[in-house]
Amino acid sequence: MAIDPLATRARAPLPPWTPLVIAEDKCKGCELCVAACPKAVLALDEGVVNRLGYHPVRLTDASRCTSCAFCARVCPDVVFTIYAPLREV
Amino acid sequence: MSVATPPRAPASPRVIYQQPELLSETSTRYCPGCGHGIIHRLIAEVLGELGLGPRTIAVAPVGCAVFAYDYLLLDFVEAPHGRAPAVATGIRRVRPDNFVLMYQGDGDLAAIGTAEIVHAAARGERITGIFVNNGIYGMTGGQMAPTTLLGQRTTSSPTGREASLAGYPIRITEMLAQLPGTAYAARGTIIDPSSVGKTKAMIKRACQVQLEGTGFALVEILSNCPVGWGLTAQQSMDHIRAEVIPAYPLGVIIDRGKRAVAPTSGGEG
Amino acid sequence: MTVMHGTSERRAGARRARVLMKGNEAIAEAAIQAGCDAYFGYPITPQAELLEWMARRMPELGRTFVQAESELAAINMALGAGATGARVMVSSSSPGISLMAEGMSYMAGSEIPVVLVNVMRGGPGLGSIQPSQSDYFQAVKGHGHGDYRTPVLAPASISEAVDLVAHAFELAERYRTPVFILADGTLGQAMEPVELRFRTPERRANDWALTGADGRPPRVVKSLDLLPENLERHNLALQAKFQEIARREVRWAGQQLEDAEFAIVAYGTAARVARTAVARGRSRGIKVGLFRPITLWPFPERELARLAARLRGILVVELSAGQMVEDVRLAVEGRCPVAFHGRMGGMIPTPDEVVEVLRSFQARVGRRARRKALLPLPAESKVEPPSGNGHGAVDRAGWAPVEPVEPSEPVLAGGHRRRLREVAR
Repeated sequence: MAIDPLATRARAPLPPWTPLVIAEDKCKGCELCVAACPKAVLALDEGVVNRLGYHPVRLTDASRCTSCAFCARVCPDVVFTIYAPLREV
Repeated sequence: MSVATPPRAPASPRVIYQQPELLSETSTRYCPGCGHGIIHRLIAEVLGELGLGPRTIAVAPVGCAVFAYDYLLLDFVEAPHGRAPAVATGIRRVRPDNFVLMYQGDGDLAAIGTAEIVHAAARGERITGIFVNNGIYGMTGGQMAPTTLLGQRTTSSPTGREASLAGYPIRITEMLAQLPGTAYAARGTIIDPSSVGKTKAMIKRACQVQLEGTGFALVEILSNCPVGWGLTAQQSMDHIRAEVIPAYPLGVIIDRGKRAVAPTSGGEG
Repeated sequence: MTVMHGTSERRAGARRARVLMKGNEAIAEAAIQAGCDAYFGYPITPQAELLEWMARRMPELGRTFVQAESELAAINMALGAGATGARVMVSSSSPGISLMAEGMSYMAGSEIPVVLVNVMRGGPGLGSIQPSQSDYFQAVKGHGHGDYRTPVLAPASISEAVDLVAHAFELAERYRTPVFILADGTLGQAMEPVELRFRTPERRANDWALTGADGRPPRVVKSLDLLPENLERHNLALQAKFQEIARREVRWAGQQLEDAEFAIVAYGTAARVARTAVARGRSRGIKVGLFRPITLWPFPERELARLAARLRGILVVELSAGQMVEDVRLAVEGRCPVAFHGRMGGMIPTPDEVVEVLRSFQARVGRRARRKALLPLPAESKVEPPSGNGHGAVDRAGWAPVEPVEPSEPVLAGGHRRRLREVAR
């Protein structure tokens, strides 16, 4: 169920668009991605409790995300869909 | 400060990573941070990249991963505890053209199923085994397994495993690598992004070995059990790095490549 | 020894070709002729020749033969092969069959067809290598864990064993179930002239076998369900299947029962001894006949009950401490006294021994035999081909007419029906 980031961008503040889409309802709050992210831009969203009863992970600063997909590699629940970073043309 | 012209939207956002096709949408029942989820995903990615999904008949173990058939979109048969190598042998012999994948835990493979795994390897069965070593029996509540480390506390070695009572951890993959029928044996782990990448390469190679028909292929994957070990997910990964890897060294133990003796399995006649 | 060309073969229409064959080898060749795709086994006396025959013949035909590392591995290889829809046979003897209990239970629960031949030997434990029937309970009453039954076929001659092998594959595939063939050391080791009447049951298309999810959704062959509601529904469906089998697949044979006052109930090798005992008993004026179950499950309980109503007594003869005798008593339900005679450890009773027991049983039952009204003889199941089968008196082996049938709406006892309705809602 890939989510079209352009569709989410309308909600997200301009610029930049987010290269990373999080399936919040599949996250179990294990934080493996938080430790793996080289830019430390992932953290659990204490303000949200998802369908499974966990605080899902949230991208804290989209501009520093380089789409390295380390988070997706270590995620046991396939929460992340990663897109190429937006390069100025 | 010049006003940045609004970035033109790229033609279409190039996907770097997404859920592999062979993995089902349903959330797994695995505990938060459990390595099974990562390993299932790697299998789905590798089989997808090799186009093997439609040809695969997989054998599910008895243990936490008994529900693998709910998560991996493949034809599956459920094997009694420890018997997956025999079940896989039966499938391989009557279905020469199918791809046969076997998924087992350490209690399943290295305890009750020792005879089956040894003889499947000794016969050089053209099957690919994924062997998840998390050092305990997870599904039944964290008991000691043959791979439990000395001194490791489990629900059935409450004061820590003692060699005088419960013997020594078994490096079964090294044992199996001695057998001429074993064409490929390797050990990886999933504790960080780079090791996940290396393990995926091992799984891919183990699948190619089956396609090349040079014999039995096995990938042991050191995995975690946060709940069973009483640690957080990240602490469990650090525990593997500090304690488990020294006891079970990583790397390709054997890869006979083309030189391996291709067994003439009865199935082909 | 080539199998196919009997020495006494003559032109078509002449007496059918008969070949002197060892039981184990005849059973193996019957499986091959029935289209067996895969055989998994392990060496054990008294069935080793069955494995050896398969070892030579299966690779010749490009089919699968594996000598496993244990009987436990063999039955699990059969589980894997059977799950792909292949036609699979496994064989062993008593101790090896015990190692297969888990696998058989899984295959019953996962509904995987397989044919398992038990060439029984003396027990318990390592026991002996001589023939015995002391695995009746194991095959008929339980073997593995859980509520399940498997058809159990008991041949009394090598020719009949050959016929029952093809029938076993049919039952296994028609009902998606493991099927037992219960032979014993005598049948396995003896050599008899066998009419080469092999048969190849036609293959049934199926929608469950594992072949790879190529252009279709994945299939799962399993027996686990952690939700009790689901597992109960699965068990109700299994029980409906077993009732269907019980209704359609009973087979038995009778001999000289028309005017009998006594009957010997025996199967397999014990039935061969009983056949001679019946002849000798008759010559001594005892009106005795033979009732021979061919399917030990489903047991011919209705037929035996109707027969018992006309008898003054039933003598059960087994090569065991008495196991089938319990099912006989259940079927007879007191309609007439039931006595038992058996030998254990591999010993076989002699016909004279049985006649002696019969005489003392007759005396015990007493002179004032109430002439029971000659109730109609239960309709004996009738299926060609066998008429005589080459040893002594003609045994009118007959069995229920065999017509392909789909398991119909479950026919269940009251309690089950109510629960199935509740669960189905």
